Amino acid sequence: MPLLYPLVLAAALFGIGVYGVLARRNAVLMLLGVELMLNAVNLNLVAFDAWHGDELHTGQVLTLFTIALAAAEIGLGLAIILTLFRAVRTIDVDKVGAE
Amino acid sequence: MSATEILFLVFAVIAVGSAVLAMTSKQLVHSALWLVVTLGAIAGCFVLMTAEFVAWVQVLVYVGSIVVLVIFALMMTRQPAAGPSAEVTGNRWAAAVIGLVAAGGLGATVVAGFEGERIEGQRIGTAGSLGDALFNDWVLAFEVLSLVLLAALIGAIVISRAGSDR
Repeated sequence: MPLLYPLVLAAALFGIGVYGVLARRNAVLMLLGVELMLNAVNLNLVAFDAWHGDELHTGQVLTLFTIALAAAEIGLGLAIILTLFRAVRTIDVDKVGAE
Repeated sequence: MSATEILFLVFAVIAVGSAVLAMTSKQLVHSALWLVVTLGAIAGCFVLMTAEFVAWVQVLVYVGSIVVLVIFALMMTRQPAAGPSAEVTGNRWAAAVIGLVAAGGLGATVVAGFEGERIEGQRIGTAGSLGDALFNDWVLAFEVLSLVLLAALIGAIVISRAGSDR
């Protein structure tokens, strides 16, 4: 398989994730955009690992670490968003700072 | 073109299409469910790139727990007056331009740098070989990551409790 297939796919997913983070008004959906960007990075790591044929499996091990970090990130992010929701009764990112 | 490449292209089209739907859908829960399709398609890509253990972890952690967490959060933060909170902000066009520039820049870079390279995939990332690598060579990073995960979970509990006291 050409190495470019996963790399171009990762670039496209990263761009879509950037759009999601910047354009969404709902804070939870902004976090979904971050998850998509992290997945694009995972795709790159796995592709370069398979291309390089490394004995230590560096790319795939780092992918496992990224997945665990994404789990930690979304847990903390959702806790912060729930606290914000309790405080101001909205998670609309346009309205939160405007009041 | 081999069967692997055709399958990879199919998964890639599914991933990009459902990612666009996940980022633009006006229904909050639909958005999270389209993300499940994207993550599943990416797991399929992992299998085709000989990373079967990473694919299973992706299905278990992302599809199994992260999306469920997100759906719980969407349910708990539903506004009483169902406003247009699922929609996008007014600067969506600027966001679309920035997203396109990011994707185009990254795509041009990788095309310029790695055109013509091929993945041979002789070393299959089974659970056994990844476990050997993880617990022989990466064990320090693994333990540090366990601490990070523990700290993040305790932090999440503390933040949620501090909010409920009021």
